[in-house]
Formats: sequence, structure tokens, C-alpha cells
Amino acid sequence: MVAQQIARPVAIHPDHLLQPQWAEVLSITHEINDVSTYWIKFTDPAIQKAYTFQPGQFNMIYMPGFGESAISICSDPNDHTKIGHSVRFVGNVTNAIGRLKVGDTVGLRGPFGTYWPVKELEGKDVLIACGGIGLPPLRPAIYHILRNREKYGKVILLYGARTPADLMYTNEFDEWRKANIDVEITVDRGDSNWSGRVGVVPMWFYQFRIDPRKTAVLTCGPEIMIRFVIYEALARRVPLESIFVSLERNMKCGQGSCGHCQLGPYFICKDGPVFRFDALQPFFNVEEF
Amino acid sequence: MPNEHRPEIGSTIVIEKAALNSILSRLREKGYETVGPRVKNDTLVYAAIERLDDLPHGYITEQEAGHFRLVNTGHSRYFDAIPGAQSWKQFLFPSRIELFSLRQNSNHWETSSPQSKTPAYAFIGVRACELAAIQIQDNIFMRPDFNDPIYRARREHVFILSVDCMNPAGTCFCASMGTGPRVKAGFDLNLTELEDVFLLTIGSEIARDLLKGIPSEPASAFLLRNADQALERAASQMGRTLDTSNLPELVLNNLDHPHWQEVGSRCLSCTNCTQVCPTCFCWDAVDQMSLDGKETRRERVWDSCFNPGYSYQAGGNTRPTIRSRYRQWLSHKLGTWKQQNGTLGCVGCGRCITWCPVGIDLTKEIPMLQEEAH
Repeated sequence: MVAQQIARPVAIHPDHLLQPQWAEVLSITHEINDVSTYWIKFTDPAIQKAYTFQPGQFNMIYMPGFGESAISICSDPNDHTKIGHSVRFVGNVTNAIGRLKVGDTVGLRGPFGTYWPVKELEGKDVLIACGGIGLPPLRPAIYHILRNREKYGKVILLYGARTPADLMYTNEFDEWRKANIDVEITVDRGDSNWSGRVGVVPMWFYQFRIDPRKTAVLTCGPEIMIRFVIYEALARRVPLESIFVSLERNMKCGQGSCGHCQLGPYFICKDGPVFRFDALQPFFNVEEF
Repeated sequence: MPNEHRPEIGSTIVIEKAALNSILSRLREKGYETVGPRVKNDTLVYAAIERLDDLPHGYITEQEAGHFRLVNTGHSRYFDAIPGAQSWKQFLFPSRIELFSLRQNSNHWETSSPQSKTPAYAFIGVRACELAAIQIQDNIFMRPDFNDPIYRARREHVFILSVDCMNPAGTCFCASMGTGPRVKAGFDLNLTELEDVFLLTIGSEIARDLLKGIPSEPASAFLLRNADQALERAASQMGRTLDTSNLPELVLNNLDHPHWQEVGSRCLSCTNCTQVCPTCFCWDAVDQMSLDGKETRRERVWDSCFNPGYSYQAGGNTRPTIRSRYRQWLSHKLGTWKQQNGTLGCVGCGRCITWCPVGIDLTKEIPMLQEEAH
């Protein structure tokens, strides 16, 4: 993979390790049961002005007294007035984020990591396969495609969640469909009102006639889903080099220093989170690696 | 001894052993904290030293897998005791250090950075393997795209007096790793201890200045040959060897080898090996919060890939078994480290073997990966 040019993060202190910049919570969007989106803006207007990110990058959000969490950016990279993070309340830090109110302050460092190669994919068909909380890091890529729709061929979003109540961003699907994105939704378990697909994401691959020579697959979600998405893509002769995966690991520093997020030779925070699959393949089948 | 010449960088001089006292006091006059090996509470530590007599004169250390004893044999040398659990890492990359403090003021937080002055250390008695470890950590903490401000500030001020290692211990294998026992580069002054004198090789202008007026003469060919012979003897007396010719491939091609399970069944996941390892660099950041929640101090502490929480995340623990944690440690040290930093992450100091409570010995484990799985 051509090494991506990752710009030096704007919101870090070069002289003070882990010292965050501060940002104010502008608004909070309730998404689903345990996920809300926090719209924030840097308190320092100069940083807000200078801050840009690429689709798929993440920030470290700091809750004083609790610690930091790596949260991917889910908002439009072209919107320079605010930054969105969809947060699932699952651990100490994210539950502390869950207690934030509009007007509160959080620490923020970033943006970090590699990104979805949206520019390189121009002219291709794009299949986005994601599950659960794997959609937020892909939404900036979807916004990019929407804005440059004519530069891409067929675009399919295959998105799955456990139940219909766990589906995120549903109010945007119509708009995406209007822009000729094929939005395909599936759930593991339906409910009495559900008349859509039931089943995990990879099992619906057979429904799409994808041209392996010109299709790129972007995937993010539970590791088990990613694994089978890749099997399905490879089974359809999509080359390793056309599959892009965003991975998750415990992250502390975001700068490839603290060691936690290592996967083989990679630090997922700086060499990832987005990898071209050929880079991951040697370690992909090693259990607990 | 006559004192008419000023030795050049790269040259080797000979001094009386007692003259090291003047070097130590000059370093302190220049503002350095002189630290070196010292006997404390019946073990060998790295701590402040002021005089030659503070060094472990007459001591050796007995080291085997899971075994360390400090023994006074009454010999006449100062630098013959192979170090204990501590390494220079603790000075450049302290095990716990404040990053910043915060105080809540209505709905925002006021930040204050620690005010303490960066210490300037003079390391006295850095062995070749330890110097190699410092150079490895330099690559970790001072990358072109990331500078650790704490490490860098400390590292830039360090004065290094290295020593050639004449009496390797039972768990040493620096000769296999190509890092020792002879010090090659990266020092201000390198000391070679002979029976009655010290040879000093000058490595920097700072060291050259420091020696001004200290009685010395150029080392004779006879003394240099004595030193060479002693170092050759030391290289042949390593307690351990490791065949590195097929590393890192041997490790990376055998990630599913059943031997990982076998080691995992003995390993206690106690983290001793990572704490004593002079190249292990993993760290965590923790908040120390006041009871009223209005103040917090953010600290950096050493972490270890053997801690279950190390790879814990929302989806669960990436490495829930000791087998996978041991494999992570060793396949990083002797495998993926190379791709990350261009060298292996092991210098052959043997600490992980000595300080393993169950005596796991990587020089014995690595060859097992060559055995066919059955």
C-alpha cells in the first residue's frame, strides 16, 4: 500500500505528552439505546479553524479523571464548524462521556491514523459492508462519495445491526438512496414490525453482482463480521488490494508510542486503523494475535 | 604519570583507578547527577554515587534462570558485578511520571504542567548491552514523526561513561545478539578495567574537556592487547547463546506453534520480564483524581503486554490467554520489532531470564520453535 500522507495532528501539544486541547459540547443527538452523537467544537477558534480530518480517522477524547478513549469521527469532513463522534457507552470513559451535557468541556487530541482511500477509489464501484458501531467511521466516507457521486460507479452500503432498534442514522438513508447509493439493511433478529432482511452482513453478499475487477470493499464492524466479509469478498475474486479494513484495538497514545494497539509489526493507531487487506493477511488467521 | 598531552576523540588513555574520583566530582561540579551500580539492601541497584568506593568493589553477581545472588569475592575490580533488575531505562523513561494536572473551574479545566527541572544524569558504568538498549529506546521515543518530550529532554542531557564487560554472568548472551561485551559507539567516555588501571577511550568533546588536567598517558600497545584478550575471553564465557541467523523469520513463521502453549502453561504473566527489560517501552496513562472530583493528575506509568488489561477494549480482550500474551512479548522482541525499528528488540542482557520467577529462558524457548509440531 502506498504510504498515506498523514498530516501532523492539529490538536496535540508537541511539548506536553497527552495534553489535550479543549472542546465544548454543542449538541447531543440520541442515536440508539446506548449510542449518542456528540457534536463538539474547539474552545480555541484558531484550532477549530486549522482542524481538518480524513474519512476514517479518529480522535482521542479525554474525560478528566477517567482517561481517554479512541473515537472515530463520524461527521462530514467538509463541515469545519463542528466535529461529530458517535459514542457507545460501554466502559469507564465512554460512560463518563454519556453523562456530558451541552456546554460541558472535553479534552481532545487528534486527528490520528490512516483513512479510507476515497480519492484512490474514484472510478471504482464501492461496496461498504459494516455492522453495528462500524458505520460511524464510514459515514465521513459516505458523505465524501455523496458530494462526489459522479466520480464513483455503483455504490452499495450493506449495513447490519442486531435488531431494528440498533440501526443508526436511519433518518439519512432516504437521502443516501436519492443520491443513488444502494442502501441495504439487515438485522440479526427482526421484531414484529420488521419486514426487511434478517441475517448477518456477510450472508447477503450473494445478492450483489459485484465486478471484482473494479469493486473496492470497505469494511468495519465486529471482528468476526470483518472476517467473514473478507471471506465473501475473496470468494468473489476481489483482490486483496481492493479490500480495506478498519480495525479496533486498545489505544492510549494515538502516536505509535505506548504499544497497546500493536498487531504484528503495526501500531493500529498510526499504521491503521484503516489497512489495505494485503498488509493484514499474514496475521489475519493467527488466533489471539 | 606525566601530563603533557590532551588526548583526541577516539584515543585511549590510561589513568590510575583513583583518578575516577576526580572525574566523578568534576561531573557533579558541572551539574550532573552521577548514578551508577551500588550495593543497597544486599542487592545491586543503580543509584547516586559520589566516589569510586560507592561502586561494588570486589563483588560479582551469580545469575541463572530465576536466580540472582550478589557475592563479595574480594577481587580488586569495581565493574565486575553484572547488573541486577534495574536498568538505565528508569532514568530516561521513569516508571511513573506526572504528565499534567487539571483543576476544575466551573465547566472547564485549567491545565498545569509539572514544574520540576529535567535532571541531567551522568551514567557511570553502562555496559555494551545496556548502551545498545538505550539506542533502541532512542529509536522508539525519538522518531522523526514523534518525539516523546520527557524522554528526549532527559536523553539530551545524559553523559554516558560506558564500561567494557569483562566478566559476563550466567544468563548473558550479548555476544550472540552482537551488542557486546565490547562497547563500540555512543559513549562520552568508555572505560576498560584492567587489574591496576582504567583505560579510557574518549568519545566526545565534553569528555575531552572533563579530562583536562587529570594525570594520564596514552595507553600502551601492551595494555590495549591485554584489554583485547580479556574481552575475547569474556565473549567466549557467555552463560547463554542464541542463534539469531534465522530471526525474525523463525518466530513469525511459527506463530501457531504448539510450543507457545507449553511456555504459556509455565508463565505466570507476572510482568517481571517486561519491567526488567531495558528495551520494553510500553506505557499507560492513568488519572489520579481527588476525592471531590475537582482535581486530577495525569501520570504515565510502565505497562506490560502481560497485563490482562493491556489489550482490553470494548469488544473484549484481544489476548485473553497467557499463551497469546507470552507470544506477543517474544514475537515482538525477536520478530516484529525488526520491521518496526530495523533491529531486534533484545540486546542479550539476560535480565528476563534471571528475574523470571519460574525461570523461563528465551534462549531455550526459541530453539523449540524449530522442532516439528507433533
